[in-house]
Amino acid sequence: MNLKIFLDRWFPLLVNIACLLPIPWLIFDAWRGNLSADPIRGAILRTGMIALELLVFSLACTPLNTIFGFKPALKVRRALGDYSFLYTSLHFAIFIALDYGFNLPLIGNELFLRPYALIGFIAGLLLIPLAVTSFPPWPVRLGKNWKRLHRMVYGISLLAGIHFILVVKQGVTEPYLWVILIVFLLVLRIPPIRRTLSGFFTRTAQS
Amino acid sequence: MKYKIDPSEITPRQLYLSRRQFIGRASALTAGAFILAACKGNLPVVETGAPLSTSSSEPSPVGATTDELGDPLTSYQDVTNYNNYYEFSTNKQAVAKLAADFPTSPWSIEVSGLVNNPRTYTIEDLQNFEPEERICRLRCVEAWSMVIPWLGFPLRKILDEVEPASDATFVKFTAIYDTELLPSQNSTSLAWPYVEGLRLDEAMHDLTILATGLYGEALPNQNGAPVRLVVPWKYGFKSIKAIVKIELVDYMPDTLWTLAARDEYGFYANVNPDVDHPRWSQSAERRIGEVGRRNTLLFNGYEKEVASLYAGMDLEKNF
Repeated sequence: MNLKIFLDRWFPLLVNIACLLPIPWLIFDAWRGNLSADPIRGAILRTGMIALELLVFSLACTPLNTIFGFKPALKVRRALGDYSFLYTSLHFAIFIALDYGFNLPLIGNELFLRPYALIGFIAGLLLIPLAVTSFPPWPVRLGKNWKRLHRMVYGISLLAGIHFILVVKQGVTEPYLWVILIVFLLVLRIPPIRRTLSGFFTRTAQS
Repeated sequence: MKYKIDPSEITPRQLYLSRRQFIGRASALTAGAFILAACKGNLPVVETGAPLSTSSSEPSPVGATTDELGDPLTSYQDVTNYNNYYEFSTNKQAVAKLAADFPTSPWSIEVSGLVNNPRTYTIEDLQNFEPEERICRLRCVEAWSMVIPWLGFPLRKILDEVEPASDATFVKFTAIYDTELLPSQNSTSLAWPYVEGLRLDEAMHDLTILATGLYGEALPNQNGAPVRLVVPWKYGFKSIKAIVKIELVDYMPDTLWTLAARDEYGFYANVNPDVDHPRWSQSAERRIGEVGRRNTLLFNGYEKEVASLYAGMDLEKNF
């Protein structure tokens, strides 16, 4: 079946390409001066936003499969998480190098005394073991514990959402929408809810 | 100081444009360096001859190229395309476009309350106050800053005309409220209209101006046209835009930001590196156009001029 071949072969490749595109896009915008009057902040916001989006996409993969029966989502779940880590690292590197110019006292002051920075920092640190163990031989070596370890992403995504809420001024609603989406994707994993929805959608699909 | 231009003092347009180009390239290069760790590029060279195609309108030249501390003016392009103006958008880059058609004429400002001669000024009346060029640092509570050549006149000149009554202690400023022109004012997350306030002695200070222009031309809509407050030693949110009413009162007015978060945005809001915002540090700031951060100065560098207003006050408590 053509669609099946497309989904098996090309879907993961397309997702990988799509995940890498923001990098040339960022470089182009920095070069063209499209990152606002404060391009460093612009780059930090951009990379942070992409990291959060990819993390949420990776969270959406499991419900896409269990509820909507979209199996190819499982093939890109790990890659989405790894790319999220890539953009998180970029986000942090720009913060350290360009925003604070390696000024360690200022960075320490910000990182450990400000809840927004501390929460973001913790979320980023917690992503490290997940990124490392997403590559062979770790999935096999860790066996059952691999799944347990990677459930940390539920907490991490909530931390990332709170990190976003804490950096905006009053009246900005976008981060709240992301947190609602994250909570929604987590709720879809609760077994009775998952079963009910799954039954509902498979029945509709068949009729 | 009268607004006069000496030809030798004109800022070459290329100078500030090329600075911007340099920053853009430098950040592009550095961003690239993160990804291509092996890449070794030469630092970009500032080009002074090549005109850029990015800017929209021509700013007029101004009388100086730096503030009194020797820091260069922020480019016209940046001053007019990076605006905190929530009535239009919370996205600083989106404001200029959204504000483009905002009608600023006819416009009048009611000056009333505890005054002997209440009066309503039309925007044309304000032209009778001789505009001065004031190059001021603007420090946003979000820890970024600019140097802006405003055109304006001391607020004191208006207050002198209306004569504050003896029991007037504070000045309350109210901005335009129009849910049709400014749909975001329909949202209840902030207590619209925008209200700000100053103590009477702060309002009478020579550094407190009503601005009607910048870079030698009429105030662009996104910067608060037709008339806004500029209080350079306080965080930017005190400098209310598009003012329609100035009232002399005998109480400390509740401001929009204080009502939104009393523990985060105080009435005084004096720039102070030692009093942090509850969620972030105020000890350093990004000067727009620069990489890294510079230390924030007490009262935004106007300590000599304004510190006496707060003698004996606990600045940590009265933040």
